[in-house]
Amino acid sequence: MNQKQNFTKGFIKDNAVFVMLLGLCPTLAVTSSAVNGLGMGLATTFVLVMANIVVALVKNLIPEKVRIPSFIVIIASFVTIVDLTMAGFLPSLHEALGIFIPLIVVNCLVLGRAEAFASKNNIVSSIVDGLGMGLGFAFALTLLGAVRELLGAGSVFGLSIPIFPTTEDGAPITMLLFVLAPGAFIALGYLIAIINRFKKS
Amino acid sequence: MAKRESTFINMVVTLFAVTFIASATLGGIYELTKEPIAKAKLEKKLKAIQLVVPEFDNDPNSEMYTIKTENDDMPLEVYPAKKGDKLVGVAVKSYTMKGYSGLIQLMVGFKPDGTINKISVLQHAETPGLGTKMTDASFKDQFYGKNPADFNLEVKKDGGDVDAITAATISSRAFCDAVKRAYDQYMKGGKK
Repeated sequence: MNQKQNFTKGFIKDNAVFVMLLGLCPTLAVTSSAVNGLGMGLATTFVLVMANIVVALVKNLIPEKVRIPSFIVIIASFVTIVDLTMAGFLPSLHEALGIFIPLIVVNCLVLGRAEAFASKNNIVSSIVDGLGMGLGFAFALTLLGAVRELLGAGSVFGLSIPIFPTTEDGAPITMLLFVLAPGAFIALGYLIAIINRFKKS
Repeated sequence: MAKRESTFINMVVTLFAVTFIASATLGGIYELTKEPIAKAKLEKKLKAIQLVVPEFDNDPNSEMYTIKTENDDMPLEVYPAKKGDKLVGVAVKSYTMKGYSGLIQLMVGFKPDGTINKISVLQHAETPGLGTKMTDASFKDQFYGKNPADFNLEVKKDGGDVDAITAATISSRAFCDAVKRAYDQYMKGGKK
């Protein structure tokens, strides 16, 4: 597999959310708007790339039997770094993502890539893999967030898109369900169905 | 380079090294970000105070005092706003646990006579699209300029004077509860 394939596989072919169905907890919970999805996706990408680099570097130093706890500690450290840095420099985004930043630690995607890819490949491939998988995850979250925000609040990235009829005082009549938790499942289900349709043809 | 074998001593040394490096790095990062985080928090608080009280020229944060409530762990914080030496208003950081998703924190600004000046929502976890409307002007504005002495801080359904948000009566009640707590405690003995 060359580097280009290695990078692009994360978007459709092996997309973490739509194909592998990994990391669904943050996926469903934070994607109530496109901005939140993008922020969460980029934070996860950062952690994924950094963790992949370190795991690829130390893979031969870590004995087989303690590799999982070592990887978890490495991942948790990077997550805490992201958490603290965001709280200090991007407080509003940090507030919106809230509890889900610390939860990147338990995102199966990050540990999955460390275990399945970075611990068996060299550092360059690991960086490319982390970037591809992470951006694919960010793409999936943003897409889901955009769909939910459009249907549930009548806007995308905060810009209102007038596809809904409005009430007398100008507020759009939207399908509020999509911003709430059940809407996340419905929207994700339809997106997976559409992607599967395209993958088959 | 061959993989290290999983002998007991290798495992102990590896885990020790990994956790040691990780904790040392995090300690460093914590020191680096401590100041920006504190600054961001303070700025947010000052902004909330500025929003709810008339113009002032003192530093309300350094003159902050607290009022005890029935819950010992959560005293109300009072930030006096002064222009010159004259008290122009106070910002009371109040809370309620009665929100649809628990804790709601408000910054309620009073004029010295107890009239509500403005209110800003600091923290909440209400339902998006329903309870979140309590941060909208259309709901908050009805409190402005009212004195709780003759404005009953309960929703109309409960016999009060407050128009509840459609489909979010619980959030509206909680909001009233937090404002009432701020007013009651401040009038009861919080004045300085």
